[in-house]
Amino acid sequence: MTKPTTLFDKVWDAHEVLRSESGQSLLWIDRHFVHEGSFHAFSKLHERSLSVARPDLTFGIADHYVPTLTRRLDAIGDAKVRGMIEQLADNTREHGITLFGLDDPRQGIVHVLGPEQGLTQPGLLMVCGDSHTSTHGALGSIAFGIGASEVAHVLATQTLWQSRPKKMRLSLEGELSPGITAKDIALTWIARLGADGARGYAIEYAGSAIRRLSMEARLTLCNLTIEGGARCGMIAPDETTFDYLLGRPFAPRGERWDQALAYWQTLKSDDDAQFDREETLDATEIAPTVTWGVSPEEALPIDQYVPDPSRIDDDARARQVRDSLDYMGLVPGQQLTDIAIDRIFIGSCTNARLEDLRAAAAVLKGRRSKVPGIVSPGSTQVKRQAEAEGLDAVFREAGLEWRESGCSMCVGMNGDLVPAGERCASTTNRNFKGRQGPGARTHLMSPAMVAAAAVAGRLADVRQL
Amino acid sequence: MEPIKIIDAPACPLPLANVDTDQLIPARFMKEPRSVGYGQFLLHDLRHDGSGRPAERFILNHPQVAEAKTLVARRNFGAGSSREAAVYALVDFGFRCVIAPSFGDIFASNAVNNGLLPATVSEADAEALLAALGDAPGLLQVDLETQRIGVGDLSVTFFIAPTWRTKLLNGWDDIDMTRQHAETIRRFADDYASQRPWLQATPSTEIITRS
Repeated sequence: MTKPTTLFDKVWDAHEVLRSESGQSLLWIDRHFVHEGSFHAFSKLHERSLSVARPDLTFGIADHYVPTLTRRLDAIGDAKVRGMIEQLADNTREHGITLFGLDDPRQGIVHVLGPEQGLTQPGLLMVCGDSHTSTHGALGSIAFGIGASEVAHVLATQTLWQSRPKKMRLSLEGELSPGITAKDIALTWIARLGADGARGYAIEYAGSAIRRLSMEARLTLCNLTIEGGARCGMIAPDETTFDYLLGRPFAPRGERWDQALAYWQTLKSDDDAQFDREETLDATEIAPTVTWGVSPEEALPIDQYVPDPSRIDDDARARQVRDSLDYMGLVPGQQLTDIAIDRIFIGSCTNARLEDLRAAAAVLKGRRSKVPGIVSPGSTQVKRQAEAEGLDAVFREAGLEWRESGCSMCVGMNGDLVPAGERCASTTNRNFKGRQGPGARTHLMSPAMVAAAAVAGRLADVRQL
Repeated sequence: MEPIKIIDAPACPLPLANVDTDQLIPARFMKEPRSVGYGQFLLHDLRHDGSGRPAERFILNHPQVAEAKTLVARRNFGAGSSREAAVYALVDFGFRCVIAPSFGDIFASNAVNNGLLPATVSEADAEALLAALGDAPGLLQVDLETQRIGVGDLSVTFFIAPTWRTKLLNGWDDIDMTRQHAETIRRFADDYASQRPWLQATPSTEIITRS
């Protein structure tokens, strides 16, 4: 009998080209996504006169800098922003890489586009110069973000050196209450284990509540895995995964689909597989959760109060809370639902898929937002589908702006910024200082909770609307 | 890459936790080519006040910071985005080593790939080093061979993954190393492709996805 093996190790082992004396693995890469920010890596190739080893396995996506008000390159006022998009087009053309560019009907945020186009599949090893590459693990692949030197290495060799991480199984058992989303699950475990709590681990999400999650919810959960410091997150593929993939443009077809499916069905942890660490969450205990501070670990259920540093014994923790409250302009002990907001943002690779837009629209239908806000669909395909369902009209009638797809106000590279000192309820992934703009204050929450905050003009419990 | 053995230079105390990559280099500066020098962007929004003037009490504006090669910080340093620009900012400013109780995973890889040593110490040792430095840059020795850090009479050990230690000690570059295995990689790729015929990434002509 072979030794019981985890899903992670099965996929890792299948990609190990060789192992060095020091124990590092040289891994084969199935899919490599590059975006505008990958220009440093292309410069490195250029300096060494190297070519791209496998342009057929490399895909370019314009997302980080694309404008959300237009799809016309010549309409971008900021020459440096325009230059970033042009540079990606030049680099992909020069190296024969498929580009999903600004005016492509398939364009979208890389981590929305990959699954949507069927590029993301079970059992693959996928990398991209973006930390939220962990998203793709939702289909049972190993997927993680890498830096520019590693991007250059993958471009030049289609391989990457990595040390095998430890394995953690994070089990979610029981029924989620109505209205509880993958965002709430993620913020809950990150608050419990810490923003570096899963550092050094690959997480496999398991348990009955995970199995019941939709594909889109799984993508959100794996997306946020990096915010807990893990190398990657993955979910064993099942009928939900296979149903999602069937018929997608890059998914296998006909006889090849059958071959793929037979392999994919072997991709699960064996019953007696050993994990280095086990964590369990009770699904029934998870409430709608919002962040109050400047790290995703600073999150609490919406019916709670902002912490009071004077009541915290641990000096380091008290100091961090004081610093966070100071930046966020909050009062110790303040009720979360008393926090007034200035604007909202619905978008990003975390929460801008069709299911997310439907959840937000369900809350906003027939209501008005008390604050301005932007809705940016995760991809141009999502935008088209949402419009076919009339969701755009719901957002517009609520007083919000319906924009084009891109990373937009999650990171503000395209100029979609939260003004200094303003407070934004956001479906994104990072509440870091200055993330949405210098001096901007971000509260992370699910799309339905952002919609509830819009209607109330303050943080609000969607269950009470 | 320049090998590291011993760093004997002033170290900057930065007594903050969760110094994420968005703080290390705000996204708005990342459109610039590396040739402009990324040191000017390091911790930009902490280094400057609201009106763009240097923040008086911030450590990077201290007159003795120019010679500093090491930064000492609290836990979860470099968490967040994969932007290697965060490392470029530190390196271009002059740093060769960051000491902290924990590092963002991708940041640490990026650091090693640019000859910046991410030295992991215990929380207690980080506090002791910060206390020893006080609120000004002070002399600190980092010895990568013995994995020890010294400030005055204080001496603590640090951890670094053995493969990273070897790479930094020798100043090795991954691409050169990997290209020596070109033939092994080619054979692997051929076998792999023949076992997984469904993996050829050719799209159907239909571009409209299902809802």
